[in-house]
Amino acid sequence: MSFFSNIVKIMSKYWRVFLIRGVGYTLALTSITVFFGAILGIFICLARMSKSKVLNSIALNLGEIVRGTPMLLQLYVFYLGLPRLFPGIPTFVSVSIGFILNSACYVSEVFRSGIQAVDKGQTEAARSLGLSGKQTMTKIVLPQAIKNILPALGNEFITITKDTSLASTFFVGEVMTSYLIVKGNTFLTMECLFIVAVIYYVMTLILNRVVGRMERRMRTSD
Amino acid sequence: MIKTVDLHKSFIIEGQPEPLHVLKGVNEHIEKGEVVSIIGPSGGGKSTFLRCLNLLEVPEKGQIFFEGVDITAKGIDIDVHRQKMGMVFQHFNVFPHLSVAENITLAPVLTKKKTQAEADEMAKELLARVGLLDKWSEHPGRLSGGQKQRLAIVRALAMEPDVMLFDEPTSALDPEMVGEVLDVIKDLVKSGMTCVIVTHEMGFCREVSDRVLFMDGGNIAEEGTPEQVFNHPQNPRTAEFLSKVLY
Ligand SMILES: Nc1ncnc2c1ncn2[C@@H]1O[C@H](COP(=O)(O)OP(=O)(O)O)[C@@H](O)[C@H]1O
Ligand SMILES: [Mg+2]
Repeated sequence: MSFFSNIVKIMSKYWRVFLIRGVGYTLALTSITVFFGAILGIFICLARMSKSKVLNSIALNLGEIVRGTPMLLQLYVFYLGLPRLFPGIPTFVSVSIGFILNSACYVSEVFRSGIQAVDKGQTEAARSLGLSGKQTMTKIVLPQAIKNILPALGNEFITITKDTSLASTFFVGEVMTSYLIVKGNTFLTMECLFIVAVIYYVMTLILNRVVGRMERRMRTSD
Repeated sequence: MIKTVDLHKSFIIEGQPEPLHVLKGVNEHIEKGEVVSIIGPSGGGKSTFLRCLNLLEVPEKGQIFFEGVDITAKGIDIDVHRQKMGMVFQHFNVFPHLSVAENITLAPVLTKKKTQAEADEMAKELLARVGLLDKWSEHPGRLSGGQKQRLAIVRALAMEPDVMLFDEPTSALDPEMVGEVLDVIKDLVKSGMTCVIVTHEMGFCREVSDRVLFMDGGNIAEEGTPEQVFNHPQNPRTAEFLSKVLY
């Protein structure tokens, strides 16, 4: 089979491009997105749950715009727009910011539903003891919400891992960019696609295991 | 101790043109040391009335005086007053992520009423009193319903409240666990605690109450001593309700 011998040949020459550079950039972009997305997501969630009508509608509209437009379009906006505001900004940074904003909007909903899933009786009991709203949130509601949130955040990590392939449009360097580079050099399109598919599959397989284990641990610590 | 003046509460229900008028001008005065039970048909507003007393529900009209202070007034720090009013819920609402001991000590420590050491000391006494000392470091998920409710009661007592509010404390329990919870409440009554108890346990109600309120249709339709209300109800609706629950 020349298909598989081609793959062996490609990998022996380009494994660094796929496995070091590609996987490295993919995991870096994913980690940055989930980490900063979660932080920004907390603020969007706070805005969404606050009593201020202005903050509320900003968060609501932002979420609707992000969910209502294609991610690739959003990435283009940041890829083209940010260098105009900040000349010389690296593409990786512009694109990362696009991913972060997108993820933050999704994650803010994960936070919100995780918080709302905590029984209202918990809040009532805490407030009836004389705890303040803030104490109730930090000591009673959030510690319980985290059990709903962390597994969902793990799933978001897996989703983003695959979504970062969109960044290849801007040649950012993640796994899909590796594909474009190696395919351009070797003209072995199907072989390269196969390699990339296996890499994504293995990455998400491992991440799925990690998230599954996390979920189980959350459940048993009840 | 607690006085309500012309208390009104409505709920806005989605899809309904008119708000649901649940409390229709309730006037009531609960004295220090009194044990007041609230009985009546489901939906009559018993829970809503009780939950208004510590402002878990905010009435849209009327006043609530707690120990002489109008807690419905603007600018009142309700948390301070809630610290003096314990509440026990039908569904326990114990904190599942905390140990039995932490359930009790959390509020006294957070509200700076006690140091952790003092709170631990008190938790030991309270748990011993309700027979749960051996559950000290367990999580509530491992407790039976009756044990959870006993924990919820001592959790409230740890704040050293001046009054205890109970909302059907035994309604969610398996029958064999009702007695152990009622016994704890009876002990509390004996110790002189002011109690307001929404209950369907008529025998218990008769035994512990100084005064019984019959609530129906958003008002106190009848009130009196247990003897008066149970044996000589004046309001036909009271008589009808009692005939249903007392076989
Ligand atoms: N949060 C709420 N939202 C809407 N309706 C409510 C709410 N709480 C209670 N009600 C309604 O108010 C009425 C009185 O309820 P409640 O005070 O719980 O009665 P009881 O405790 O006597 O059974 C019921 O019709 C109930 O459906
Ligand atoms: Mg009720």
